[in-house]
Amino acid sequence: MTAKVFVTLKKAVLDPQGKAVQRSLARLGFPEARDVRVGRYIEVTLEAASKEEAGRRIDEMCRKLLANMVIEEFRYEIAP
Amino acid sequence: MKIGVLRFPGSNCDDDAMHAVTRVLREEAFFVWHKEARLPPCDAVIVPGGFSYGDYLRSGAIAAHSPVMDAVRTYASAGGPVLGICNGFQILCEAGLLPGALVRNASLRFECRDVFVRVEGKPTPFTSAIPAGRVLRIPIAHADGRFVCDDAPALGASGQIVFRYCDAAGGVVDGANPNGSQLGIAGVCNAAGNVVALMPHPERACEPALGGEDGRQLFESLRLSLGTVAAVPASPSTTSPSTSRRQPGNRS
Repeated sequence: MTAKVFVTLKKAVLDPQGKAVQRSLARLGFPEARDVRVGRYIEVTLEAASKEEAGRRIDEMCRKLLANMVIEEFRYEIAP
Repeated sequence: MKIGVLRFPGSNCDDDAMHAVTRVLREEAFFVWHKEARLPPCDAVIVPGGFSYGDYLRSGAIAAHSPVMDAVRTYASAGGPVLGICNGFQILCEAGLLPGALVRNASLRFECRDVFVRVEGKPTPFTSAIPAGRVLRIPIAHADGRFVCDDAPALGASGQIVFRYCDAAGGVVDGANPNGSQLGIAGVCNAAGNVVALMPHPERACEPALGGEDGRQLFESLRLSLGTVAAVPASPSTTSPSTSRRQPGNRS
């Protein structure tokens, strides 16, 4: 199974990288891009007995390593 | 005294810490490789700066799970003094031994220059002999030094903010903050006060030839806290007058 994990900064955390990207987009001719937040995308290929078990394990992986729970949030999608 | 200096793949300020302890302070120190499950007996542990694991995933995230960090956790819960410097600060936060996290500098630049920090907060082995309010000039070199946490004022109220960026006169002002850290926080300690970490590099400010000796006071304070107590005199390069004298040896 493959898990697609999306890690993003919590809303309350300032994201200067996102702001820099938004400014660049504006300069490139995309002024309609109002806000940009830059996160992380991680793919994990794993063996699991079921999608539910995979979800539990991925959740634990995120909390322990893939995301810093002080400053980040995560969500994931599991494909068999 | 005997100091254990951790070493992770990608650490590069471990030798600087070793130099400061052995050649400048003329004390004993040894390296501890990250795979070691046990710490040899020592009076303090230094988690040095650098780019452990190439800052992969997040700075300090992977190093925080090294076997040696379990040993450091045990050592710290028994009250052992631990000093994290720069990447060491990041590692200690990722390991849950200190509150908060270090994120990308607000300027998006790698900030590499001298800064002023003022010493505050509850007494710790590394600061108890430094009078509260003293200003130290120490270099920084980091891209991910912005300190954030859930409740920075509460951290201050509990005396866990140990260093804050300031101007030469000790004023904590925005212009003196090199990375956008909440409340100008440059370093914190845990609730017990034995685990301390800061983004600036005191080990790089121990000799006049390197531009200043203010960093030496953290190591002198450690030495004094382990033995007899007396205040650490200001080094010749310190520019700011100190305020009230903290009682040396007090631990809350």
